[in-house]
Amino acid sequence: MEAGTAIERKDDHGAHYTSTGLPTVKVAMWIFLASETLLFGGLISTYLLYRGRSVVGPYPKDVFDIPYTSVSAFVLLASSLTMVLALGAIQRGEDHRFRIWIMATALLGLTFISGQIYEFTSFFHEGLAIDTNLFGSTFFTLTGFHGAHVTVGILMLMSLASLNSQGRVTKDNPIAVEMVGLYWHFVDIVWIIIFTVVYLIPTGSPHP
Amino acid sequence: MSTPSDAQADVHEDLHERRHPQPWEYVKIALILAVLTAAEVAVSYMDVNHALQIAALLGMMVIKFVLVVLWYMHVRFDNPAYGRVFTLGITLAVVVYGVVLLCFGVFQK
Repeated sequence: MEAGTAIERKDDHGAHYTSTGLPTVKVAMWIFLASETLLFGGLISTYLLYRGRSVVGPYPKDVFDIPYTSVSAFVLLASSLTMVLALGAIQRGEDHRFRIWIMATALLGLTFISGQIYEFTSFFHEGLAIDTNLFGSTFFTLTGFHGAHVTVGILMLMSLASLNSQGRVTKDNPIAVEMVGLYWHFVDIVWIIIFTVVYLIPTGSPHP
Repeated sequence: MSTPSDAQADVHEDLHERRHPQPWEYVKIALILAVLTAAEVAVSYMDVNHALQIAALLGMMVIKFVLVVLWYMHVRFDNPAYGRVFTLGITLAVVVYGVVLLCFGVFQK
């Protein structure tokens, strides 16, 4: 095959392939996720850079409720399990079971987001806003971006359930489910890092 | 140089993956993740050496991260090219931001 020439074909699963032998949409998704690691890497680094440098409160220890956030972390981890079970169901052609698992995933995602909204509201009532101090700015930016990603994921999950009901996402065309699944698991691994780095690791700051 | 027939074979392998994990395997991974999360929370409350505590928390975080990527994102079972693309992104992020944080003396505190 000459350089620069790509063979493109579309198989009976509805996915496009090039001469690499890999579905283009899946390659694109992995490249997108790789680029997202740089986005979240930048946000997490900024949080670490300004960690313990706020000159006015509230400080992390004043507002964080670790048991509460731990429950949120469990909820998001559970949603990754329901997501893979949904993918397995559609690959086996079990549409009804797929819709149950995919809606369970969306529901767990909604629970997580509701928890985050409650957490943000309670922080605000305790005097922490995005412009209060360096902690507030970096914390709300990082977790807010993550929450926005979860929200987009929930919309995609609900769209999948709807498309499956219409017969547009089925056993013969499961690539969309796989792509949304990759995105959802990525959102989960970002939270794994945020939960440890932001919430669990003590600041070592002289502030209370 | 790949021929169209080679590409077709790869496509077939990609579509059907090498092995589909069984649902119980996913549940097993979920249980491990839950136990690790509980252990993380417990360690965060322990009054132990600060450096040791951070090392333990980061270690468990990395294990959870790798488990989700390998099993739930199917990197373990899928075409290795996907894992390489993702590893490239992660490596780039860790190196670039690690250098930035080092330059600002974040790890010296």
